[in-house]
Amino acid sequence: MLVLDDIDRRLLDLYQRDLPLVARPFAAMAEAVGVGEDIVLARLARLSEAGVISRIGAVFRPHRCGHSTLAAMAVPAERLEEVAAVVSAYPQVNHNYQRDHTLNLWFVIAAADAAEVAAVMTEIKDRTGIAVLDLPLIEDFHIDLGFDIRWS
Amino acid sequence: MIDFDAVDRALIVATQEGLPLVPQPYAAVAEAIGISAAEAMARLRRMQDSGAIRRIAAVPNHYALGYRFNGMTCWDVADGDIAAAGTAVAALPFVSHCYQRPRHLPDWPYSLFAMIHAKDAESAEGLVAEVAAALGDLSRGHVVLFSTRILKKTGLRLS
Repeated sequence: MLVLDDIDRRLLDLYQRDLPLVARPFAAMAEAVGVGEDIVLARLARLSEAGVISRIGAVFRPHRCGHSTLAAMAVPAERLEEVAAVVSAYPQVNHNYQRDHTLNLWFVIAAADAAEVAAVMTEIKDRTGIAVLDLPLIEDFHIDLGFDIRWS
Repeated sequence: MIDFDAVDRALIVATQEGLPLVPQPYAAVAEAIGISAAEAMARLRRMQDSGAIRRIAAVPNHYALGYRFNGMTCWDVADGDIAAAGTAVAALPFVSHCYQRPRHLPDWPYSLFAMIHAKDAESAEGLVAEVAAALGDLSRGHVVLFSTRILKKTGLRLS
């Protein structure tokens, strides 16, 4: 695992919430952290390559562009690989997790409209013969998706 | 729901894999879709103001940072209590997402979802206890589902 130094940590602490929307954002970040723009670019490239940063860009609010839902299935253990592969193959599925519960497969379906989301859900149910629980977002209580990183 | 025009959609598609790591990333993206840097930034700002974009950020991968215990905590909260419960849980600094979702009785009575991230099982238990304490009597029961495998994870996709 990559060893993160103080510059890396400060970049993550400061910019997991808001990257400045200015012509030269990395120069602005460099000034805030007290290093050169080239250093910031190099650090961000390294952190991205190492997978510490998954993406540098816009985080969209769910439901604000297109339609999405959280879906859950109770898949028998011996069919998990097969069913997970069916689910993951849909381009409309952008997250798919195995979780430790009877409902062991959890995934997000996102598409341009509700009809397409429903169609994907129906197709998964028909192809696998397993019910798909539909858990769309009703209310989002969180304001800032940033996250308090505990470095120790 | 916000309607995006064709240029907004092109801008979303061009940036969804991430901004290019060059000194002027918005200019690079703008050039790729044939608009000016100023227009690209104005459109992103408008999407931010309207709430369509929650933030523009360097999104950390919790797992790569050593947070291997990512729990989806699910709480059975009465419909009438959901606003108070959601507000209380969302205010906890370690909760990264907090949503109300429909229950599916009898199998799934849980209506409030809160994501927690910890580096070990013991810390994860501590965080769950903190959520439980914040909810007090508002919780009628809960389960915590840890992810045991990430099968697919990509950003937003528009085509």
